[in-house]
Amino acid sequence: MTAPATPGKIPVTVLTGYLGAGKTTLLNRILSEPHGKKYAVIVNEFGEIGIDNELVVNADEEVFEMNNGCICCTVRGDLVRIIDGLMRRKGRFDAIIVETTGLADPAPVAQTFFVDEQVGTKTKLDAVVTVADAKWLKDRLKDAPEAKNQIAFADVILLNKTDLVAPEDLRELEAHIRGLNPYARLHRTERARVALDEVLGRNAFDLDRILDLEPAFLEADEHDHDHDYDHGDDADHHHGGGLKHYHDEEMQSVSLKTDRPLDPDKFFPWVQDLVAVEGPNILRCKGILSFKDDPERFVFQGVHMILDGDHQRPWGADEERSSRIIFIGRNLPEEKMREGFESCIA
Amino acid sequence: MSDTAAPLPSLAERVRAIDAGATAVGVHFLKSTPVFVLGEEALLLAGDKAHCVAVHAGGILCSVSDGARIVTGGDDGRLIETDADGEHRELAADEKRRWIDQVALAPDGAAAWSAGKTAHVLTRKGEERTFEAPSTVAGLAFAPKGLRLAIAHYNGVTLWFPNAPGTAPQKLEWKGSHLAVSFSPDGRFLVTAMQEPTLHGWRLADGQHMRMSGYSARVRSLSWSAGGDFLATSGSEQLILWPFDGKTGPMGRQPKMLARGEARVAVVACHPRQPVAAIGTADGQVLLVRLDDGALIEVRAADGAAVSALGWDANGQTLAFGTESGAAGVLVF
Repeated sequence: MTAPATPGKIPVTVLTGYLGAGKTTLLNRILSEPHGKKYAVIVNEFGEIGIDNELVVNADEEVFEMNNGCICCTVRGDLVRIIDGLMRRKGRFDAIIVETTGLADPAPVAQTFFVDEQVGTKTKLDAVVTVADAKWLKDRLKDAPEAKNQIAFADVILLNKTDLVAPEDLRELEAHIRGLNPYARLHRTERARVALDEVLGRNAFDLDRILDLEPAFLEADEHDHDHDYDHGDDADHHHGGGLKHYHDEEMQSVSLKTDRPLDPDKFFPWVQDLVAVEGPNILRCKGILSFKDDPERFVFQGVHMILDGDHQRPWGADEERSSRIIFIGRNLPEEKMREGFESCIA
Repeated sequence: MSDTAAPLPSLAERVRAIDAGATAVGVHFLKSTPVFVLGEEALLLAGDKAHCVAVHAGGILCSVSDGARIVTGGDDGRLIETDADGEHRELAADEKRRWIDQVALAPDGAAAWSAGKTAHVLTRKGEERTFEAPSTVAGLAFAPKGLRLAIAHYNGVTLWFPNAPGTAPQKLEWKGSHLAVSFSPDGRFLVTAMQEPTLHGWRLADGQHMRMSGYSARVRSLSWSAGGDFLATSGSEQLILWPFDGKTGPMGRQPKMLARGEARVAVVACHPRQPVAAIGTADGQVLLVRLDDGALIEVRAADGAAVSALGWDANGQTLAFGTESGAAGVLVF
């Protein structure tokens, strides 16, 4: 008789990016490289992939509102159905890639993995990867709210077609991106050429992988070696380093930090109230928390109003016990958030 | 799974174990032969000489049976009819080879299926009719009488009369994504399982709404008790039975809750004649539940792999089950 199932969750990578940015190029690259892995691919109706793949499914991008009193809580109904169907063939692929249309909001895709119990049991969201067109992104950030959303929401950003742009324009563009999302990994690419382990297997939504919440460009990263010019010594600046001068009018990140332990009985009501009120404006949030009289690190993350959190592990003996939360969103009331957060100190 | 410390009476030793070799996503009976619908490609005819029949080139997404045939829809875009001998033929195919997501059979022998937003009906005379739903079809069910098809979709259900082209489809509206759909056996009520962990119902005579909530997960399995007094449902750590006797159905009434356990109920199948339900849990246990008093008998002990298929033969003499890990069994009473 067969052994009891020990289900490993299938990782799901979401590819977003405005029309023509190079999503399909990246997808074809992923499918054609000799990595020995098999992917099930969910593409939008207009997608064209050049690789023969048995497991390609056309999706309709049906975004459904949930009846839970929150207008920002939406799921991709087609994904619920398609993932359920794909799981019938789960021995046939190692991972799933979802390619969205250029105008898609990544949030409903991400929320599907938190809201639908069946999807969440069988699969896990790995990362949202956004491909941006270096030549046109600057214009799109002005005229296409979708493009801004996709950058702000991303875990990994490919700034593609860099060969079509002058170096100084590229630096300015990167600073723009950092103003919207200081936390994503940023890669400059031509024809979406990137090491696949930079876009796949990222575990960006895995609570256990929330290690620190420093802006990504402060990390030593060979891809970003030429960034020094634009943040200098501002690493402790609360607003995502020295990119403040590229502050976006609408979309920004807010980072809150304290070295004093928090009171969980104050913190949880505060954060729940915050996402209840500001949920539609908050795209992503992540936090590492130190609670009073609690030997363990508490980590959480969220998409709009949905929060997901747990104790992660004991604090290390020589580890700095501080609490830090980051929010990326639109028109966030930073001062009010800061005051609220500080009122949670035990 | 029981509240009491004493071990449950068990029929597990009388189960004929079957290695299905793959996840069973459904089970039906053709005459007295249990037939397991596997997740990919094949039906397993589990008679005295069990054998597999390959019917689809890919995943099998939906299945339904009237006791004489099983109709399956696959991700190969084909709708296949298979009989008790394993003989099979293509009833229809989607021209773009899109997934066939839903299938239903009418009492008069008509078949319905859907691919994307399009619902099709193949009448007994072999005429094909189509209906474009406002969003992807997520559930299909024929009414117990007359040729009327309930089509579940986003923001409600459409009742379509495929044999009356002049009759406008009737719309039952309720905000949200409606998935599985089912008529009560007397045809008075229509119930959907929603994307939220809740059921929605309509009394068809006047469109009166009914909301049935309190589940810990999305309801994926619905089964009407013999006589239609109860609607048995999965989605909770106990068997939830909504009362549908009387004029107002479950409105203003509490459900009956039986067989409380640790694991969530994944599949339910009511006995066709007796007030008994079989339930399969997310950790692999199969139980018989007497609806009058909640008495339990174990048919299969939990082993961690969710029960994914469960069904009775038409007389209620045989119960068959299958799990996600490919274990299956048949119990003859």
